Amino acid sequence: MSMTDDEVRRIARLSRLHVTDQEVGEVGRQLDGVLALIARLQAVDTKGVEPMSHARDVALRLRDDVATETDRRDAFQAVAPAVEAGLYLVPKVIE
Amino acid sequence: MMTHTLKEAADLLVSKQASAVELASHYLDRIAAANPALNAFITVDREQTLAMARAADASRAAGQAGPLTGVPIAHKDIFCAEGWRTTCGSKMLDNFVSPYDAHVVAQCKAAGLVTLGRTNMDEFAMGSSNENSAYGVVRNPWDQTAVPGGSSGGSAVAVAARLAPAATATDTGGSIRQPAAFCGVTGLKPTYGVVSRYGMVAYASSLDQGGPLAQTAEDCALLLNVMAGFDARDSTSLEVAKEDYTRELNQPLKGLRIGMPREYFGAGLAADVMSAIEAALAEYRRLGADVVEISLPRTELAIPAYYVIAPAEASSNLSRFDGVRYGHRAAEYENLADMYEKSRAEGFGAEVKRRILTGSYVLSHGYYDAYYLQAQKVRRLLSEDFQAGFAQCDVIAAPAAPTVAWNIGEKSKDPVAMYLADIYTLGVNLAGLPGIAHPVGFGSQGRPVGLQLIGNYFSEARLLNAAHQFQQATDWHRRAPAQ
Repeated sequence: MSMTDDEVRRIARLSRLHVTDQEVGEVGRQLDGVLALIARLQAVDTKGVEPMSHARDVALRLRDDVATETDRRDAFQAVAPAVEAGLYLVPKVIE
Repeated sequence: MMTHTLKEAADLLVSKQASAVELASHYLDRIAAANPALNAFITVDREQTLAMARAADASRAAGQAGPLTGVPIAHKDIFCAEGWRTTCGSKMLDNFVSPYDAHVVAQCKAAGLVTLGRTNMDEFAMGSSNENSAYGVVRNPWDQTAVPGGSSGGSAVAVAARLAPAATATDTGGSIRQPAAFCGVTGLKPTYGVVSRYGMVAYASSLDQGGPLAQTAEDCALLLNVMAGFDARDSTSLEVAKEDYTRELNQPLKGLRIGMPREYFGAGLAADVMSAIEAALAEYRRLGADVVEISLPRTELAIPAYYVIAPAEASSNLSRFDGVRYGHRAAEYENLADMYEKSRAEGFGAEVKRRILTGSYVLSHGYYDAYYLQAQKVRRLLSEDFQAGFAQCDVIAAPAAPTVAWNIGEKSKDPVAMYLADIYTLGVNLAGLPGIAHPVGFGSQGRPVGLQLIGNYFSEARLLNAAHQFQQATDWHRRAPAQ
């Protein structure tokens, strides 16, 4: 199965990755190679097999709902591109 | 010339034959001389290193030293370290100076270890050759036309070229064991959950695991003693008692059953790698071990299962790098979506983009069951194969890679060929098992060969014991590339 240019663009959009018109063909060819590699999975009989989503089937731990970290606001804001009055400034994200 | 193991460096400090400042200065000088050619380090900060060394010397003088206080090590640039630039090999994080320490880094600091610098790596730990770093290709010190292996290639080269006694590293699909093999050093990937992932930049969360790279198994045990331990901040950290991983080092190997999976020793394994491994297994037999043939019948499915699960998790983990919450932001854009897409297109390299796109595809509507869910079921089958194998043996012997290190550029245009080279390491990550790689000889062009030993859950001490006994009887781990 070969990916069409439109399908490459759709996956790129879902991935939030800009792919130029010049790149679409090459990206599609590379993804075709990867998809051919992983297509072998579909021939495996997994009837009755439980999915294993984590090594060793670890169960996530719950913790008490208490604050344990110290206030390090200044240290964290020091690495932000822009802050003002203790707030992080970001580009407009609601259109 | 001082090119010490971690243990030897610690002994020098205890006997006062060297101070922490002298040791750190020695390695900093070696890095300054060799790094322009090898590119093993992304960041070196001489003043920060010497300040840590001075503090270690003060602790020792005050009688507050632990066994490794003042010993220098290097950290893979995937572990956040307060006050250090932490790039993860990516332009996306080029100017990120971490405001906090990863658990591993905090543990190393608490033990008094001195940070020599931040080692180069494949971007976001995605790669098998260390050609995918935004900071350039790392070169193998045995042959600078060869790759060092990835993604912990910088750490492996730092140890192999004697630029650091030991280094931290991570292994998602073989990224400790394969570069250890390619560079002739020893590397241990622990049981998943033994080393906290807190502060380790995430690639594929259900597979990523930190571990040590060093010249010897004994050094790996000493460093794992520092790195391992329960951490409540990592929800997958295992609540197991702290262990001493050196406790079994000196046990004889008589009666150890080593399983040789027939699927790992067939077509695709290079003759020079095979002969070095056969000689190593003969040495293990001489040391008292029994080698038995076993079967891991679904080995070949590890590659497709991994290259579904890891990209799927990567596409999720790396979604945070959007130019708003984290990472590089494009200078010019038309609207919000354009800003996200341009920031990510500019900040990520080709291999990272390829894995994000693959991950988005396998998780997208219509393909989730066929790819992602199916890969998770196959993961269980692979895990069951290992358990059936361990019913017949104590440890499993395997190559770390099908060939010795390949030439720089040889596979970089063919990602699938690169992926296929991971055949012997991926299953261990999918099952969450521990594995160690140690040097056992040299193949074509004088490039190192590594043997991988795979253990059942929590058998790190047994693996370290086997490798240590081998290293007491041989000197492959003592060989160093020409300076």
